[in-house]
Amino acid sequence: MIAFAVPFALWLTAKLLVALGLMLGVVLVVIWMELKWSAHIQSRVGPWYVGGRWGWAHPLAEALKFLQKEDLVPDDADDKVFRLAPYVMLAGTIATFVVIPIGPSVVARDLDIGIFYLLAVSSLSTLGVLMAGWSSGNKYSLIGGIRAGAQLIAYELPLVLALVAVAVQAGTLSLTGIVAAQATPLFHIGSTGISLPFVLSGQIIGFVVFIIASLAELNRTPFDLPMAESELTMGYVTEYSGLRFSMFFLGEYAGMVSMAAVVSTVYLGGYWLPGLSNDLLDWLGPFVLVGKIFFIVFLFIWFRWTWPRIREDQLQQLAWKWLIPLTLFNIVATATLKVVF
Amino acid sequence: MPIPGIGLAKGLWLTLKALFRKPVTVMWPDEKEELAPRARGVIALSTDNCTSCMLCARECPDWCIYIEAHKVEIPTDKPGGRVRTRNELDRFDIDYGLCMYCGICVEVCPFDALYWSPAHEYGEYKIADLLHDKEKLVEWLGTVPEPPALEK
Repeated sequence: MIAFAVPFALWLTAKLLVALGLMLGVVLVVIWMELKWSAHIQSRVGPWYVGGRWGWAHPLAEALKFLQKEDLVPDDADDKVFRLAPYVMLAGTIATFVVIPIGPSVVARDLDIGIFYLLAVSSLSTLGVLMAGWSSGNKYSLIGGIRAGAQLIAYELPLVLALVAVAVQAGTLSLTGIVAAQATPLFHIGSTGISLPFVLSGQIIGFVVFIIASLAELNRTPFDLPMAESELTMGYVTEYSGLRFSMFFLGEYAGMVSMAAVVSTVYLGGYWLPGLSNDLLDWLGPFVLVGKIFFIVFLFIWFRWTWPRIREDQLQQLAWKWLIPLTLFNIVATATLKVVF
Repeated sequence: MPIPGIGLAKGLWLTLKALFRKPVTVMWPDEKEELAPRARGVIALSTDNCTSCMLCARECPDWCIYIEAHKVEIPTDKPGGRVRTRNELDRFDIDYGLCMYCGICVEVCPFDALYWSPAHEYGEYKIADLLHDKEKLVEWLGTVPEPPALEK
Protein backbone atom coordinates (compact mmCIF):
# COMPACT_ATOMS: atom_id res chain seq x y z
CA MET A 1 0.00 0.00 0.00
CA ILE A 2 2.14 2.83 1.34
CA ALA A 3 5.51 3.62 2.89
CA PHE A 4 7.92 1.26 1.23
CA ALA A 5 10.79 3.48 2.36
CA VAL A 6 10.18 2.51 5.98
CA PRO A 7 12.76 -0.03 7.19
CA PHE A 8 11.46 -3.58 7.22
CA ALA A 9 11.92 -4.16 10.97
CA LEU A 10 9.98 -1.01 11.85
CA TRP A 11 7.23 -1.87 9.39
CA LEU A 12 6.99 -5.37 10.81
CA THR A 13 6.79 -4.09 14.39
CA ALA A 14 4.09 -1.63 13.43
CA LYS A 15 2.12 -4.38 11.67
CA LEU A 16 2.48 -6.67 14.67
CA LEU A 17 1.37 -4.00 17.14
CA VAL A 18 -1.63 -3.04 15.04
CA ALA A 19 -2.60 -6.69 14.60
CA LEU A 20 -2.22 -7.50 18.30
CA GLY A 21 -4.02 -4.33 19.38
CA LEU A 22 -6.89 -4.92 17.00
CA MET A 23 -7.06 -8.57 17.94
CA LEU A 24 -7.06 -8.00 21.71
CA GLY A 25 -9.51 -5.13 21.35
CA VAL A 26 -11.93 -7.31 19.44
CA VAL A 27 -11.40 -10.13 21.94
CA LEU A 28 -12.23 -7.87 24.89
CA VAL A 29 -15.36 -6.72 23.11
CA VAL A 30 -16.29 -10.35 22.48
CA ILE A 31 -15.79 -11.23 26.15
CA TRP A 32 -18.01 -8.31 27.09
CA MET A 33 -20.63 -9.43 24.58
CA GLU A 34 -20.60 -12.93 25.99
CA LEU A 35 -21.13 -11.59 29.53
CA LYS A 36 -23.87 -9.26 28.42
CA TRP A 37 -25.74 -11.55 26.04
CA SER A 38 -25.60 -14.54 28.32
CA ALA A 39 -27.01 -12.33 31.08
CA HIS A 40 -29.90 -11.14 28.95
CA ILE A 41 -30.63 -14.67 27.76
CA GLN A 42 -31.03 -15.55 31.44
CA SER A 43 -33.13 -12.42 32.14
CA ARG A 44 -30.29 -10.75 34.03
CA VAL A 45 -28.54 -7.48 33.20
CA GLY A 46 -24.92 -8.65 33.48
CA PRO A 47 -22.04 -6.20 34.02
CA TRP A 48 -23.51 -2.84 34.95
CA TYR A 49 -21.39 -0.52 37.05
CA VAL A 50 -17.82 -0.89 35.72
CA GLY A 51 -16.97 1.93 33.33
CA GLY A 52 -20.13 3.88 33.91
CA ARG A 53 -22.44 2.57 31.20
CA TRP A 54 -23.42 -1.01 30.42
CA GLY A 55 -20.34 -2.15 32.35
CA TRP A 56 -18.21 -1.75 29.23
CA ALA A 57 -14.95 -1.83 31.22
CA HIS A 58 -15.75 -5.15 32.87
CA PRO A 59 -13.33 -7.30 30.78
CA LEU A 60 -10.54 -4.75 31.41
CA ALA A 61 -11.17 -4.84 35.15
CA GLU A 62 -11.18 -8.62 35.02
CA ALA A 63 -7.86 -8.68 33.17
CA LEU A 64 -6.35 -6.33 35.78
CA LYS A 65 -7.63 -8.59 38.54
CA PHE A 66 -5.97 -11.63 36.96
CA LEU A 67 -2.69 -9.73 36.56
CA GLN A 68 -2.52 -9.21 40.31
CA LYS A 69 -2.95 -12.86 41.20
CA GLU A 70 -0.19 -15.26 42.12
CA ASP A 71 1.20 -17.48 39.39
CA LEU A 72 1.04 -20.93 40.97
CA VAL A 73 2.73 -24.05 39.62
CA PRO A 74 1.83 -27.34 41.33
CA ASP A 75 4.65 -29.47 42.75
CA ASP A 76 3.72 -32.41 40.54
CA ALA A 77 3.52 -30.31 37.39
CA ASP A 78 5.95 -30.65 34.53
CA ASP A 79 7.28 -27.16 35.04
CA LYS A 80 8.49 -26.12 31.58
CA VAL A 81 5.57 -27.60 29.64
CA PHE A 82 3.14 -26.19 32.19
CA ARG A 83 4.53 -22.70 31.76
CA LEU A 84 4.72 -22.93 27.97
CA ALA A 85 1.21 -24.26 27.31
CA PRO A 86 -0.74 -20.95 27.47
CA TYR A 87 1.65 -19.31 25.02
CA VAL A 88 1.23 -22.16 22.55
CA MET A 89 -2.53 -21.88 22.86
CA LEU A 90 -2.55 -18.12 22.30
CA ALA A 91 0.08 -18.16 19.55
CA GLY A 92 -1.90 -20.72 17.55
CA THR A 93 -5.01 -18.61 17.48
CA ILE A 94 -3.32 -15.31 16.81
CA ALA A 95 -1.23 -16.80 14.00
CA THR A 96 -4.36 -17.44 11.93
CA PHE A 97 -4.74 -13.69 11.39
CA VAL A 98 -1.67 -13.66 9.17
CA VAL A 99 -3.63 -14.91 6.19
CA ILE A 100 -7.04 -13.35 6.84
CA PRO A 101 -7.51 -10.50 4.37
CA ILE A 102 -9.19 -7.44 5.91
CA GLY A 103 -9.32 -5.48 2.65
CA PRO A 104 -8.62 -6.07 -1.05
CA SER A 105 -4.97 -5.12 -0.53
CA VAL A 106 -4.76 -5.21 3.27
CA VAL A 107 -3.47 -8.59 4.34
CA ALA A 108 -0.46 -9.44 6.47
CA ARG A 109 0.73 -12.16 4.09
CA ASP A 110 -1.26 -13.54 1.18
CA LEU A 111 -0.10 -17.15 1.18
CA ASP A 112 -0.88 -19.34 -1.80
CA ILE A 113 -1.64 -22.17 0.59
CA GLY A 114 -3.69 -19.97 2.94
CA ILE A 115 -6.25 -22.59 3.95
CA PHE A 116 -3.56 -25.18 4.54
CA TYR A 117 -1.63 -22.78 6.80
CA LEU A 118 -4.85 -21.84 8.58
CA LEU A 119 -5.70 -25.43 9.46
CA ALA A 120 -2.14 -26.14 10.54
CA VAL A 121 -1.87 -23.25 13.00
CA SER A 122 -5.42 -23.54 14.31
CA SER A 123 -4.65 -27.08 15.46
CA LEU A 124 -1.75 -25.65 17.43
CA SER A 125 -4.11 -24.32 20.09
CA THR A 126 -5.34 -27.83 20.79
CA LEU A 127 -1.72 -28.83 21.25
CA GLY A 128 -1.52 -26.14 23.92
CA VAL A 129 -4.59 -27.61 25.61
CA LEU A 130 -3.09 -31.08 25.47
CA MET A 131 0.19 -29.78 26.93
CA ALA A 132 -1.65 -28.06 29.75
CA GLY A 133 -3.68 -31.16 30.54
CA TRP A 134 -0.70 -33.48 30.45
CA SER A 135 1.69 -31.34 32.45
CA SER A 136 -0.61 -30.21 35.25
CA GLY A 137 -0.17 -33.34 37.34
CA ASN A 138 -3.89 -33.43 38.03
CA LYS A 139 -6.38 -36.10 36.99
CA TYR A 140 -9.05 -33.61 35.98
CA SER A 141 -6.59 -31.71 33.81
CA LEU A 142 -5.38 -34.94 32.25
CA ILE A 143 -8.87 -36.13 31.35
CA GLY A 144 -9.69 -32.67 30.01
CA GLY A 145 -6.56 -32.61 27.86
CA ILE A 146 -7.16 -36.10 26.51
CA ARG A 147 -10.77 -35.25 25.71
CA ALA A 148 -9.55 -32.20 23.84
CA GLY A 149 -7.18 -34.42 21.87
CA ALA A 150 -9.92 -36.90 21.00
CA GLN A 151 -12.17 -34.03 19.99
CA LEU A 152 -9.47 -32.54 17.76
CA ILE A 153 -8.93 -35.82 15.94
CA ALA A 154 -12.64 -36.26 15.35
CA TYR A 155 -13.51 -32.71 14.32
CA GLU A 156 -10.40 -31.68 12.40
CA LEU A 157 -11.58 -33.98 9.59
CA PRO A 158 -14.99 -32.39 8.90
CA LEU A 159 -13.31 -28.99 9.24
CA VAL A 160 -10.73 -29.84 6.58
CA LEU A 161 -13.22 -31.61 4.34
CA ALA A 162 -15.66 -28.70 4.49
CA LEU A 163 -12.87 -26.36 3.39
CA VAL A 164 -11.86 -28.73 0.59
CA ALA A 165 -15.25 -28.16 -1.02
CA VAL A 166 -14.72 -24.40 -0.74
CA ALA A 167 -11.29 -24.72 -2.33
CA VAL A 168 -12.82 -26.74 -5.16
CA GLN A 169 -15.50 -24.13 -5.77
CA ALA A 170 -13.12 -21.19 -5.55
CA GLY A 171 -10.33 -22.92 -7.44
CA THR A 172 -7.69 -21.59 -5.07
CA LEU A 173 -6.26 -22.15 -1.60
CA SER A 174 -5.43 -18.51 -1.06
CA LEU A 175 -7.90 -16.69 1.20
CA THR A 176 -7.63 -13.50 -0.84
CA GLY A 177 -8.46 -15.58 -3.88
CA ILE A 178 -11.44 -17.13 -2.11
CA VAL A 179 -12.87 -13.71 -1.24
CA ALA A 180 -12.22 -12.54 -4.79
CA ALA A 181 -14.02 -15.65 -6.09
CA GLN A 182 -17.05 -14.73 -3.97
CA ALA A 183 -16.94 -11.17 -5.27
CA THR A 184 -16.97 -12.16 -8.94
CA PRO A 185 -20.49 -12.13 -10.39
CA LEU A 186 -22.15 -15.53 -10.48
CA PHE A 187 -24.82 -14.62 -13.03
CA HIS A 188 -26.27 -11.49 -14.57
CA ILE A 189 -29.71 -9.96 -14.26
CA GLY A 190 -29.79 -7.47 -17.08
CA SER A 191 -26.44 -5.75 -16.91
CA THR A 192 -25.89 -5.99 -13.14
CA GLY A 193 -23.80 -8.94 -12.08
CA ILE A 194 -25.10 -10.76 -9.01
CA SER A 195 -22.35 -12.21 -6.85
CA LEU A 196 -23.10 -14.31 -3.81
CA PRO A 197 -21.02 -15.44 -0.84
CA PHE A 198 -20.32 -19.16 -0.80
CA VAL A 199 -22.90 -19.83 1.90
CA LEU A 200 -25.62 -18.82 -0.57
CA SER A 201 -24.02 -20.30 -3.69
CA GLY A 202 -23.85 -23.97 -2.88
CA GLN A 203 -21.85 -24.31 0.32
CA ILE A 204 -24.72 -24.31 2.83
CA ILE A 205 -23.93 -27.87 3.99
CA GLY A 206 -20.26 -26.96 4.28
CA PHE A 207 -21.16 -23.83 6.26
CA VAL A 208 -23.31 -25.71 8.79
CA VAL A 209 -20.74 -28.49 9.19
CA PHE A 210 -17.93 -25.96 9.52
CA ILE A 211 -19.81 -24.07 12.25
CA ILE A 212 -20.44 -27.31 14.17
CA ALA A 213 -16.86 -28.49 13.77
CA SER A 214 -15.41 -25.13 14.76
CA LEU A 215 -17.56 -25.12 17.90
CA ALA A 216 -16.01 -28.47 18.74
CA GLU A 217 -12.55 -27.23 17.82
CA LEU A 218 -12.98 -24.24 20.14
CA ASN A 219 -14.26 -26.42 23.00
CA ARG A 220 -17.41 -24.34 23.17
CA THR A 221 -20.71 -25.65 24.46
CA PRO A 222 -22.29 -27.99 23.37
CA PHE A 223 -18.83 -29.51 22.85
CA ASP A 224 -17.11 -28.17 25.96
CA LEU A 225 -16.17 -31.59 27.30
CA PRO A 226 -12.51 -30.68 27.89
CA MET A 227 -13.61 -27.91 30.28
CA ALA A 228 -16.84 -29.42 31.59
CA GLU A 229 -17.08 -27.43 34.83
CA SER A 230 -19.65 -29.79 36.31
CA GLU A 231 -17.55 -32.93 35.80
CA LEU A 232 -13.88 -31.93 35.59
CA THR A 233 -13.75 -28.80 37.78
CA MET A 234 -12.21 -26.74 34.97
CA GLY A 235 -10.62 -29.44 32.84
CA TYR A 236 -7.17 -28.51 31.56
CA VAL A 237 -7.12 -25.07 33.24
CA THR A 238 -7.81 -26.44 36.73
CA GLU A 239 -4.27 -25.78 37.96
CA TYR A 240 -3.74 -22.45 36.25
CA SER A 241 -4.02 -19.12 38.00
CA GLY A 242 -3.24 -15.47 37.49
CA LEU A 243 -1.71 -14.38 34.21
CA ARG A 244 -1.50 -17.86 32.76
CA PHE A 245 -5.18 -18.49 33.40
CA SER A 246 -6.07 -15.19 31.79
CA MET A 247 -3.98 -16.22 28.77
CA PHE A 248 -6.06 -19.37 28.44
CA PHE A 249 -9.16 -17.27 28.83
CA LEU A 250 -7.98 -14.81 26.18
CA GLY A 251 -6.86 -17.71 24.00
CA GLU A 252 -10.33 -19.21 24.12
CA TYR A 253 -11.98 -15.99 23.01
CA ALA A 254 -9.21 -15.18 20.53
CA GLY A 255 -9.87 -18.63 19.10
CA MET A 256 -13.53 -17.73 18.77
CA VAL A 257 -12.66 -14.52 16.97
CA SER A 258 -10.18 -16.20 14.63
CA MET A 259 -12.60 -19.04 13.82
CA ALA A 260 -15.34 -16.48 13.20
CA ALA A 261 -12.93 -14.58 10.96
CA VAL A 262 -12.24 -17.77 9.00
CA VAL A 263 -15.94 -18.57 8.68
CA SER A 264 -16.79 -15.06 7.53
CA THR A 265 -13.88 -15.00 5.08
CA VAL A 266 -14.54 -18.39 3.61
CA TYR A 267 -18.34 -18.53 3.63
CA LEU A 268 -19.67 -15.01 4.12
CA GLY A 269 -17.42 -13.11 1.75
CA GLY A 270 -14.96 -11.66 4.26
CA TYR A 271 -14.29 -7.96 3.83
CA TRP A 272 -16.38 -7.85 0.70
CA LEU A 273 -19.82 -6.27 0.64
CA PRO A 274 -21.87 -5.97 -2.58
CA GLY A 275 -21.96 -2.50 -4.10
CA LEU A 276 -18.70 -1.22 -2.68
CA SER A 277 -15.70 -0.56 -4.89
CA ASN A 278 -12.27 -1.96 -4.11
CA ASP A 279 -10.86 1.47 -3.18
CA LEU A 280 -13.63 1.96 -0.66
CA LEU A 281 -13.28 -1.58 0.66
CA ASP A 282 -9.64 -0.95 1.54
CA TRP A 283 -10.93 1.33 4.28
CA LEU A 284 -14.36 -0.14 5.01
CA GLY A 285 -13.29 -3.77 4.62
CA PRO A 286 -12.04 -4.20 8.20
CA PHE A 287 -15.35 -2.92 9.57
CA VAL A 288 -17.34 -5.21 7.29
CA LEU A 289 -15.20 -8.14 8.39
CA VAL A 290 -15.54 -7.26 12.08
CA GLY A 291 -19.30 -6.98 11.61
CA LYS A 292 -19.42 -10.46 10.13
CA ILE A 293 -17.13 -11.75 12.90
CA PHE A 294 -19.51 -10.37 15.52
CA PHE A 295 -22.43 -12.07 13.79
CA ILE A 296 -20.69 -15.46 13.87
CA VAL A 297 -19.59 -14.86 17.48
CA PHE A 298 -23.19 -14.07 18.32
CA LEU A 299 -24.15 -17.47 16.91
CA PHE A 300 -21.46 -19.14 19.06
CA ILE A 301 -22.65 -17.36 22.21
CA TRP A 302 -26.28 -18.02 21.41
CA PHE A 303 -25.61 -21.76 20.97
CA ARG A 304 -23.61 -21.88 24.19
CA TRP A 305 -26.37 -20.42 26.32
CA THR A 306 -29.08 -22.55 24.72
CA TRP A 307 -27.82 -26.09 24.37
CA PRO A 308 -26.57 -28.49 27.02
CA ARG A 309 -23.26 -30.32 26.77
CA ILE A 310 -23.38 -33.58 24.81
CA ARG A 311 -21.85 -36.87 25.91
CA GLU A 312 -18.45 -38.09 24.76
CA ASP A 313 -19.92 -40.95 22.70
CA GLN A 314 -22.49 -38.63 21.13
CA LEU A 315 -19.65 -36.27 20.28
CA GLN A 316 -17.72 -38.98 18.46
CA GLN A 317 -20.86 -40.33 16.75
CA LEU A 318 -21.80 -36.91 15.43
CA ALA A 319 -18.38 -36.42 13.90
CA TRP A 320 -17.78 -39.85 12.38
CA LYS A 321 -21.31 -40.91 11.46
CA TRP A 322 -22.80 -37.63 10.29
CA LEU A 323 -20.39 -34.78 9.66
CA ILE A 324 -17.67 -36.64 7.76
CA PRO A 325 -20.07 -38.45 5.36
CA LEU A 326 -21.93 -35.16 4.87
CA THR A 327 -18.77 -33.28 3.98
CA LEU A 328 -17.63 -36.07 1.65
CA PHE A 329 -20.99 -35.85 -0.11
CA ASN A 330 -20.55 -32.09 -0.20
CA ILE A 331 -17.17 -32.39 -1.90
CA VAL A 332 -18.53 -34.77 -4.52
CA ALA A 333 -21.54 -32.54 -5.17
CA THR A 334 -19.41 -29.41 -5.39
CA ALA A 335 -16.93 -31.06 -7.73
CA THR A 336 -19.74 -32.37 -9.94
CA LEU A 337 -21.40 -28.96 -10.14
CA LYS A 338 -18.05 -27.35 -10.84
CA VAL A 339 -17.50 -29.69 -13.78
CA VAL A 340 -21.05 -29.30 -15.10
CA PHE A 341 -21.15 -25.49 -15.01
CA MET B 1 -43.51 -37.75 13.57
CA PRO B 2 -41.74 -34.68 14.89
CA ILE B 3 -38.96 -33.25 12.76
CA PRO B 4 -35.59 -34.49 14.10
CA GLY B 5 -33.65 -31.72 15.78
CA ILE B 6 -36.68 -29.45 16.11
CA GLY B 7 -36.02 -29.28 19.85
CA LEU B 8 -32.71 -27.54 19.20
CA ALA B 9 -34.45 -24.91 17.09
CA LYS B 10 -37.17 -24.46 19.72
CA GLY B 11 -34.52 -23.88 22.36
CA LEU B 12 -32.79 -21.31 20.18
CA TRP B 13 -36.07 -19.48 19.61
CA LEU B 14 -36.73 -19.43 23.37
CA THR B 15 -33.34 -17.97 24.24
CA LEU B 16 -33.60 -15.45 21.41
CA LYS B 17 -36.90 -14.24 22.83
CA ALA B 18 -35.36 -14.05 26.29
CA LEU B 19 -32.46 -12.02 24.90
CA PHE B 20 -34.78 -9.19 23.90
CA ARG B 21 -37.01 -9.37 26.95
CA LYS B 22 -36.63 -6.89 29.78
CA PRO B 23 -34.41 -8.44 32.50
CA VAL B 24 -36.11 -9.26 35.78
CA THR B 25 -33.17 -7.97 37.83
CA VAL B 26 -34.05 -5.49 40.58
CA MET B 27 -31.24 -2.94 40.60
CA TRP B 28 -30.65 -2.91 44.35
CA PRO B 29 -29.80 -0.54 46.07
CA ASP B 30 -31.13 1.95 43.50
CA GLU B 31 -34.50 0.26 43.55
CA LYS B 32 -35.90 -1.88 46.33
CA GLU B 33 -37.85 -5.05 46.06
CA GLU B 34 -41.24 -5.51 47.70
CA LEU B 35 -40.53 -8.50 49.92
CA ALA B 36 -43.09 -11.05 51.01
CA PRO B 37 -44.28 -10.36 54.58
CA ARG B 38 -43.05 -13.79 55.62
CA ALA B 39 -39.55 -13.24 54.22
CA ARG B 40 -36.83 -14.24 56.69
CA GLY B 41 -34.74 -11.11 56.95
CA VAL B 42 -34.02 -10.58 60.62
CA ILE B 43 -35.39 -11.80 63.97
CA ALA B 44 -37.00 -9.18 66.20
CA LEU B 45 -37.42 -9.46 69.96
CA SER B 46 -40.29 -8.33 72.13
CA THR B 47 -38.75 -8.10 75.61
CA ASP B 48 -42.17 -7.80 77.27
CA ASN B 49 -43.07 -11.27 76.11
CA CYS B 50 -39.73 -12.89 76.90
CA THR B 51 -39.60 -14.96 80.07
CA SER B 52 -35.90 -15.89 79.71
CA CYS B 53 -36.95 -19.52 79.48
CA MET B 54 -33.86 -20.22 77.34
CA LEU B 55 -35.77 -22.52 74.99
CA CYS B 56 -34.65 -20.57 71.92
CA ALA B 57 -31.02 -20.52 73.03
CA ARG B 58 -31.07 -24.26 73.64
CA GLU B 59 -32.85 -25.16 70.41
CA CYS B 60 -30.63 -22.98 68.26
CA PRO B 61 -28.61 -25.38 66.04
CA ASP B 62 -25.49 -23.22 66.00
CA TRP B 63 -25.84 -21.54 69.37
CA CYS B 64 -26.01 -18.00 68.15
CA ILE B 65 -28.37 -16.74 70.88
CA TYR B 66 -26.94 -15.48 74.16
CA ILE B 67 -29.29 -14.96 77.10
CA GLU B 68 -28.51 -13.74 80.56
CA ALA B 69 -31.17 -12.98 83.16
CA HIS B 70 -31.62 -12.52 86.86
CA LYS B 71 -34.52 -13.04 89.20
CA VAL B 72 -36.46 -10.14 90.69
CA GLU B 73 -38.86 -10.45 93.56
CA ILE B 74 -42.25 -8.89 93.08
CA PRO B 75 -43.42 -7.33 96.34
CA THR B 76 -46.80 -8.55 97.58
CA ASP B 77 -49.86 -6.30 97.41
CA LYS B 78 -51.13 -7.45 100.81
CA PRO B 79 -48.98 -8.02 103.82
CA GLY B 80 -48.25 -11.65 104.54
CA GLY B 81 -48.60 -12.75 100.89
CA ARG B 82 -46.12 -15.01 99.18
CA VAL B 83 -43.33 -13.21 97.34
CA ARG B 84 -43.40 -13.99 93.64
CA THR B 85 -40.33 -13.99 91.37
CA ARG B 86 -39.94 -12.93 87.77
CA ASN B 87 -37.00 -13.18 85.33
CA GLU B 88 -35.49 -9.86 84.29
CA LEU B 89 -33.69 -10.04 80.96
CA ASP B 90 -30.15 -8.64 81.15
CA ARG B 91 -28.79 -9.70 77.84
CA PHE B 92 -30.37 -11.09 74.66
CA ASP B 93 -27.95 -11.18 71.74
CA ILE B 94 -28.27 -12.87 68.37
CA ASP B 95 -25.05 -13.32 66.44
CA TYR B 96 -26.10 -12.91 62.79
CA GLY B 97 -22.62 -13.96 61.76
CA LEU B 98 -23.61 -17.43 62.97
CA CYS B 99 -27.37 -17.47 62.47
CA MET B 100 -28.51 -19.65 59.58
CA TYR B 101 -32.03 -18.25 59.50
CA CYS B 102 -33.68 -21.60 60.26
CA GLY B 103 -36.31 -19.97 62.42
CA ILE B 104 -36.39 -22.72 65.04
CA CYS B 105 -36.13 -20.08 67.81
CA VAL B 106 -39.21 -18.31 66.45
CA GLU B 107 -41.06 -21.61 66.25
CA VAL B 108 -40.10 -22.76 69.69
CA CYS B 109 -40.81 -19.55 71.64
CA PRO B 110 -43.83 -20.28 73.85
CA PHE B 111 -44.80 -16.64 74.43
CA ASP B 112 -44.36 -15.05 70.97
CA ALA B 113 -41.32 -13.03 71.96
CA LEU B 114 -39.51 -13.60 68.66
CA TYR B 115 -40.74 -12.49 65.22
CA TRP B 116 -39.51 -12.70 61.68
CA SER B 117 -39.07 -9.42 59.87
CA PRO B 118 -38.26 -8.97 56.16
CA ALA B 119 -35.71 -6.22 56.92
CA HIS B 120 -32.35 -7.43 55.61
CA GLU B 121 -30.06 -4.48 54.96
CA TYR B 122 -27.80 -4.78 57.98
CA GLY B 123 -24.52 -5.77 56.38
CA GLU B 124 -21.38 -4.78 58.29
CA TYR B 125 -17.70 -4.36 57.48
CA LYS B 126 -16.64 -6.12 60.68
CA ILE B 127 -18.06 -9.52 61.48
CA ALA B 128 -18.26 -8.69 65.21
CA ASP B 129 -20.76 -5.96 64.40
CA LEU B 130 -23.20 -8.60 63.27
CA LEU B 131 -23.88 -9.43 66.92
CA HIS B 132 -27.16 -7.62 67.54
CA ASP B 133 -27.86 -6.83 71.18
CA LYS B 134 -31.18 -6.56 72.97
CA GLU B 135 -31.79 -2.92 72.07
CA LYS B 136 -31.14 -3.50 68.41
CA LEU B 137 -33.38 -6.57 68.36
CA VAL B 138 -36.16 -4.54 69.92
CA GLU B 139 -35.64 -1.90 67.25
CA TRP B 140 -36.26 -4.51 64.58
CA LEU B 141 -39.70 -5.03 66.11
CA GLY B 142 -40.81 -1.89 64.26
CA THR B 143 -40.20 -3.59 60.93
CA VAL B 144 -42.31 -6.66 61.72
CA PRO B 145 -45.35 -6.69 59.44
CA GLU B 146 -48.89 -7.02 60.79
CA PRO B 147 -49.95 -10.64 61.21
CA PRO B 148 -52.49 -11.80 58.63
CA ALA B 149 -56.10 -11.20 59.64
CA LEU B 150 -58.06 -13.99 61.25
CA GLU B 151 -60.41 -16.00 59.09
CA LYS B 152 -64.06 -15.20 59.61
